[in-house]
Amino acid sequence: MDPTWTTLAWQGFAALITLAIFSFLFSDNPFYKFAERLWVGVSTGYWTMLLYHQGFRDKVWLPILERGEWYYIFPVLLGIIMWLRLSPKLAWLSRYALAFFVGISTGVFIPLAFKTSVFLQVEGTIRPVEGSWAGVNFTLAILGIICSLVYFFFSKPHKGLLGVMSKTGIYTLMIGFGAGFGLTVMGRVALLVQRVLFLRDYFVSLWGSIV
Amino acid sequence: MKLQIPIFIVFITGIIMIVQFFIPHEVSEFVFTYANDFVIVVGIMALPLGIYSLMKNTASKARREKGSEAFFALVTIAGFLIMVAGGLSRDNFTNPESILALMFQNVLVPAQSTLFSMLAFYIASAAYRAFRIRTWLATVLLVTAFVIMLRIVPLPEPLATWNGELVRWILSVPNMAAKRAIIIGVGLGAVAYSMKIILGIERGYMGGDR
Amino acid sequence: MTPGDRRWFDKLLTIDRRWIFALMAIFVVIPAVFSFRVPVAVSTEVRVIHEFMEKLQPQQVVQIALDYDPSTLAELQPMAEAILRQAFAKNARVIVTTLSQFGPAMVDELITRVAGECEKTHGVDYTFLGYKPYPAITILAMGTDYRVPFPTDYYGTPVDEIPMMEDIHNFSDVVAVVSLTGGNVADFWIQYGNAKYGVPLALGVTGVMASDYYPYLQSGQIFGLIPGVKGAAEYEQLVDRPGDAARGMPYQVMSHALILVFMVIANIGYIARQRSLRQAKR
Repeated sequence: MDPTWTTLAWQGFAALITLAIFSFLFSDNPFYKFAERLWVGVSTGYWTMLLYHQGFRDKVWLPILERGEWYYIFPVLLGIIMWLRLSPKLAWLSRYALAFFVGISTGVFIPLAFKTSVFLQVEGTIRPVEGSWAGVNFTLAILGIICSLVYFFFSKPHKGLLGVMSKTGIYTLMIGFGAGFGLTVMGRVALLVQRVLFLRDYFVSLWGSIV
Repeated sequence: MKLQIPIFIVFITGIIMIVQFFIPHEVSEFVFTYANDFVIVVGIMALPLGIYSLMKNTASKARREKGSEAFFALVTIAGFLIMVAGGLSRDNFTNPESILALMFQNVLVPAQSTLFSMLAFYIASAAYRAFRIRTWLATVLLVTAFVIMLRIVPLPEPLATWNGELVRWILSVPNMAAKRAIIIGVGLGAVAYSMKIILGIERGYMGGDR
Repeated sequence: MTPGDRRWFDKLLTIDRRWIFALMAIFVVIPAVFSFRVPVAVSTEVRVIHEFMEKLQPQQVVQIALDYDPSTLAELQPMAEAILRQAFAKNARVIVTTLSQFGPAMVDELITRVAGECEKTHGVDYTFLGYKPYPAITILAMGTDYRVPFPTDYYGTPVDEIPMMEDIHNFSDVVAVVSLTGGNVADFWIQYGNAKYGVPLALGVTGVMASDYYPYLQSGQIFGLIPGVKGAAEYEQLVDRPGDAARGMPYQVMSHALILVFMVIANIGYIARQRSLRQAKR
């Protein structure tokens, strides 16, 4: 379906925004600043209204005023108290609201973080070793994990056996960071490719509409 | 009292939520459900604080500054007001012809995508100007990155198969080992820090003592 | 050091980075003119997700959490589209949520388009619950009941009035959650979704994050992983529907080849300079 002129005009604006931001690669300039500042305003405005409809209306207005769930008043009041942070005299009151928020979030976090990051990860490491290439690889992985953990153990000097393990650990970590860098390149380039494809598609459809 | 009572609240609520995790009773589940619901609502009411601070700073910049800085501050405010006006009706979020949707598709999406896509250029620059085999450690890092990146490039057989197998081994053995050690270390550190918050040892999140 | 003293390796190592940017811009545009096909070998971690989705029975419920925003759209939207189409092809019921503040509009556009092409009806075959802030708390709340964080869907319809949601209350009613995310929401799904409720979890992540999630794959906390745009291209190959990821692979090849050459040339110059410095010391 051929795009309308209105669609082409809007997409043209998007293309100009794209090129304006790319111009920063040459040097900072007013076109880049305009695009960036417009983006800040638009994204803040979008999120404000999204928060209003999906947050305030759905979780505050409708439950209290339409469903009569008055117990929601308490968290609403606490949320409003958070705003007192802006008042130099009454800012201390906002700590009460923050305390509930931090206490509940932290209390939920601790057992689950321990389970996810420690128990289940250690459980994944303590498994029977098969007598095959998979078993060899698993043994190497276990050694890598232990040596990498030893590298972060600073209560004893890294000498002797501990020194050897620590050195093995840092080399293992470097392989991990190298793998991360290699995949990061792919990720960053993907974003650039998407922009290039957008510009290409736009100029092709613009040319098609003119010709 | 301005600090002690909030710290006490953190302690009590934190301990309740930790203990609740280990009690599979319906009262415990009710406490958990209500506490989560509670926190969502507190957060929803508090989030606009950040938006207010940003727009207040931008407005004062528009008043205070001269020339181009004032103009760019007004651009930010204009973008914000257009989206607020456009988003007053919930239907505009799903109407592709609305000003809200058009600004989202043709300003927010291209701007945010492009800002992050510039990193591709910086990573190319970093690969050329900073990535040096100064030490054995740097060499290991560079060779690993080289092998991983080579996977994208079509190679003749059997190089393609060998490289594919090598990448598979790197990701699932040494990379997995390194990242697991980091996960365990960071996990223990995060839990320790959280315990310090609950016990009132860590109070930075409360702000200055006023 | 006077300009006359600068050797070839000094000039090579101190090149203005704008030349690098210019070369990058040229190389990334080449496939727009001279396109070519890039063979993609499918990895196990991607194939596992595909096989899981292939085994879905009609009316089984799967949650697809599209937790991405415009900055990660390039890598995650292709895999989102491929997975959605596959779920619809199996006549599974799909719950879609987003925990990214700039995600809803993109997700709405995607799901409306794909559902329209697959002739699926909102409220019967799929439902888009929308967005809520605080991903960790929202995930925890979904595990007790979807209605707690999402009393209405994205369009304002009360969840109790959505036909599809009549017998769906929490994670125990879904066969799995597939989260496509570019931020720490992946960690929240593992910690709060899988660890707390035991819901089977698969992740699609950006290239930047991909290497960090192999430990979770090995321990079984996630059953599959789609790493970045290459993973998306693999998934598109498996569902036999090349899309934006496959289309972007030639551009990836050119950019990667250039960066690999940069790394080699820069280090040749570095080694030459180090050798020259050592000789000068003697």
